[in-house]
Amino acid sequence: MNAWNFQELKETPSQTGGPYVHIGLLPQQANIEVFEHNFNNQLTNEKTQGERIRLEGQVFDGLGLPLRDVLLEIWQADANGVYPSHADSQGKSVDPSFFGWGRTGANFETGFWSFDTIKPGAVAGRKGSTQAPHIAVVLFARGINLGLHTRIYFDDEVEANANDPVLNSIEWATRRQTLIAKRTEVDGEVVYRFDIRIQGEDETVFFDI
Amino acid sequence: MLIHTLGAYAQRNTDDHPPAYTPGYKTSVLRSPKNALISINETLTEVTSPHFSPNLFGAKDNDLILNYAKDGLPVGERIIVHGYVRDQFGRPVKNALLEVWQANASGRYRHPNDKFIGAMDPNFGGCGRTLTDENGFFIFRTIKPGPYPWRNRINEWRPAHVHFSLIADGWAQRLISQFYFEGDTLIDTCPILKTIPSEEQRRALIALEDRNNFIESDSRCYRFDIHLRGRRATYFENDLT
Repeated sequence: MNAWNFQELKETPSQTGGPYVHIGLLPQQANIEVFEHNFNNQLTNEKTQGERIRLEGQVFDGLGLPLRDVLLEIWQADANGVYPSHADSQGKSVDPSFFGWGRTGANFETGFWSFDTIKPGAVAGRKGSTQAPHIAVVLFARGINLGLHTRIYFDDEVEANANDPVLNSIEWATRRQTLIAKRTEVDGEVVYRFDIRIQGEDETVFFDI
Repeated sequence: MLIHTLGAYAQRNTDDHPPAYTPGYKTSVLRSPKNALISINETLTEVTSPHFSPNLFGAKDNDLILNYAKDGLPVGERIIVHGYVRDQFGRPVKNALLEVWQANASGRYRHPNDKFIGAMDPNFGGCGRTLTDENGFFIFRTIKPGPYPWRNRINEWRPAHVHFSLIADGWAQRLISQFYFEGDTLIDTCPILKTIPSEEQRRALIALEDRNNFIESDSRCYRFDIHLRGRRATYFENDLT
């Protein structure tokens, strides 16, 4: 070690969330009633502004089998592209009825996960650019040593996606489509399907953010 | 005069973390990407994060000894765990959400998928949460978890450990890990802990016995500090937006 280096702290190292991640992060899914207020996958209330959407999908391992013990979180801007965070510097007011964050676990039998949320507005990118509407996603599970970060974009935002600085920073253009959710309508509800493939063919793009 | 604003988080030092593919921890083999992660320049998406109101929390949320007790106290060693959350530049991380979960004194989890023969404790749930204060300080009380066997190799045993999760000021700081207890001999044989490449970083997950903060005729105490990524200040062009 060089004695002249100034001392900076190292980030605490990551470890897997393990198979029982639900106990701490979704106790209701482990049938544990401890907290009066539990976190969940519902990001909207009756006052939230914007188009209601459901996001849903599965997460697949390298054999094409769904992970039934995975935990997912999303973080997104409101309908006008503003984050409910003191670190948002856009100077626009944020929807007071929007929290921007949610958490869910895949179904223990089927591996399906879902969120009820709103479609986010476009957010400022770096150096005056504009990002296409997107939702940040992180997944944690047994076998995953460090949470995997990805982004969900929307297939009905063709033009915005074509100009998105993050999508365009992926030099293998064929991989960009792994980040585009497919819009459908089920019983009048807007549903975006987003499957995540951790390993192998059509592997989802994961980011070091 | 140079006016500072906040820029991006310092890049994550991947050498300080486990790689995704770690064959000694068998489940990682089919759950690790084959492609390299794509590093991106941070935007507002990565430097923002949700805020959790203190109103969301109940009085016993950080007291795992009492928050599931039904007809008596849980069985096991009474311990307090406390410490500070700071960023890599030494600044306190305030109002961060810290969530913890663990097995009971037998090494048994209250989870539908845990079938270990170790006894359940009807008075122990195994989860808790708290917000760090203005100084980045946190404290919770619990029963020291037992080690537990799992199927990696056939006779694999986890050291006693507590899982923890942090949501702080920026999405880029999002972290889940586990801490261990000073002196546990299973620490040296755990394939999950061994996924971390350096000895120095493995030691950063060991809570230390805090003898002066034992409470007489009541509880022992462990000290555990957590470090998150930190933001750099920007004195010249701010490219974040």
